[in-house]
Amino acid sequence: MKGDSGMNGGRDGALAVEAEGLVYRFGDNVAVDGVDLEISRGEIFGFLGPNGAGKTTTIRMLATLLRPDSGAARVFGHDVVREADTVRGLVSLTGQFASVDEDLTGKENLILIARLLGYSRKEAKVRADELLEAFGLSDAAGRQAKTYSGGMRRRLDIAASIVITPELLFLDEPTTGLDPRNRNQVWDIVRSMASGGTTVLLTTQYLDEADQLADRIAVIDNGKVIAEGTPGELKGSVGSGVLHVRLRDPGSRPEAVRVLSRAIGVAVETPSDPVALLARVSEPERVPEALAGLPHAGIAVSDFSLGQPSLDEVFLALTGHPTEEKADKKEEEAV
Amino acid sequence: MTDQAGKAHATIAEGALRSALPYRARPKRPNALSASLTFGWRALLKIKHVPEQLFDAVGNPIIFTLMFTYLLGGAIAGSPGAYLQYLIPGILVQTVILITAYTGVNLNTDISKGVADRFRSLPIWRPAVIVGALLGDMVRYALASAIVLALGLILGFRPESVVGVVLSVVLIIVFAFSVSWIWTALGLVARTPNSVLWVSTLIMFPLTFASNIFVEPKTMPGWLQTAVIFNPITHLVSAVRGLMYGTIPVGHIAWLLVGCVVLVVIFAPITMYLYRSKK
Repeated sequence: MKGDSGMNGGRDGALAVEAEGLVYRFGDNVAVDGVDLEISRGEIFGFLGPNGAGKTTTIRMLATLLRPDSGAARVFGHDVVREADTVRGLVSLTGQFASVDEDLTGKENLILIARLLGYSRKEAKVRADELLEAFGLSDAAGRQAKTYSGGMRRRLDIAASIVITPELLFLDEPTTGLDPRNRNQVWDIVRSMASGGTTVLLTTQYLDEADQLADRIAVIDNGKVIAEGTPGELKGSVGSGVLHVRLRDPGSRPEAVRVLSRAIGVAVETPSDPVALLARVSEPERVPEALAGLPHAGIAVSDFSLGQPSLDEVFLALTGHPTEEKADKKEEEAV
Repeated sequence: MTDQAGKAHATIAEGALRSALPYRARPKRPNALSASLTFGWRALLKIKHVPEQLFDAVGNPIIFTLMFTYLLGGAIAGSPGAYLQYLIPGILVQTVILITAYTGVNLNTDISKGVADRFRSLPIWRPAVIVGALLGDMVRYALASAIVLALGLILGFRPESVVGVVLSVVLIIVFAFSVSWIWTALGLVARTPNSVLWVSTLIMFPLTFASNIFVEPKTMPGWLQTAVIFNPITHLVSAVRGLMYGTIPVGHIAWLLVGCVVLVVIFAPITMYLYRSKK
């Protein structure tokens, strides 16, 4: 259905995105340092990494807004530099900061984009109304976008990106700064897009979000892809969960480490908090029994939790350093 | 307002969403003119939604007109009424020239807000966004001109040729359009919208004073007279005065049109180069 619906030239059999050795520099600062990517058609692909990791810059290269300093990328088989115009006809970009005209009303924003895509005045109005309805913005259609809440603005922004359903949609941190309800709505939209056949490339700082949405994830740090795989594979590489235990008595910690590590079969770490224990668990089903072993050994537990590894923990495991915002790379976010 | 936003959240309709999504029929892409006109329409919407911008722009000239006419008019031209006949054509030019910077300011705002990214990722003729903005600004220049002329007429300004007034406004708009390209180029390199405004004011304010807008250059020291004669604004003001009082100052007009061509030939390609390679 998609790609071959006749109107535009996604080349048969070509991957949605294919990038080799993409490099981009801001002055001396290498923002993107040799990124390779292969994204299949119809996939939701997550780009996971902290601020300044190079996510935005990579997306901007793929969306033809930046010219790579070296390397090459193709979108549905079309080179993003030599065939930029064709690529622009296949993709849509929703930037990190809602890219709508705040002075215009919601409806005017959508009509503007529709007109620029070649709709007649009348068709543009019809399409704008349809989108406003679909995104729950009908009541706010006549208000200037500057009066919108963050969630409404984000929805308008995404609506503007799909006036014509793109073959490939870039979403740069689509839920950053949104409350949980708005975040869930954006997730629904993304899933609907994908079920309609659109390939989605989204960036996020949240493992949780990538986990919920993405078929595959690339973890990016310092301009390099440091890990790639399905969410399951990625979490598996870190341990499928992290067990946190707090003891009543710091003196019982050495004994607790012995009991736990024997019962769950992985190393137990001792964070700086003297009553805390931490373990990256690969087989979560062994945890309940292991925990039960602590009181048997006469060790009192004050609380415990078993959760997904956080992005920080994935990062720490993959890179050996914690996530940190790179102040000198802020430039990337600012442009 | 929170309530309203809350209601909007609740009404996001799953069915409507799904039916609105698969929309892949792509109409024929608009040609360069139609894309530019669409951006022109956007500029007009901005005038409609943010009319303050226009009032800001004409606030200064109103103050200047009143102050110069009634405080200094008598001293300069014998009477305020006589000075008004001299001043209004000059004020008209000053008003429009000073608001040319807004094209650059708006372009810079688009970039800092991220709207420019969306436009740049659309499959359209790329200069359309700037050409369209300039077309919209020409309407702004015409509105500002109308306000200044109306003010002048109320105060007692009596031009001799109506056709001359219309031609004057056309000439001013053509010149302003050409000058705007300087600010679009600046708008693409400046860090903030405000810095575009500052730099342009810093350049244009002295230029409008070192001209024949307010007084005849012959009362100035010799070196300043030389500067004034080379100032393109002087030629524009002379041309406008001539036209409004029934003559056709061919020399000034020719000089100006050449100047306009030079400005566009230099700054339009620079603007487009900067726009294309903007990071």
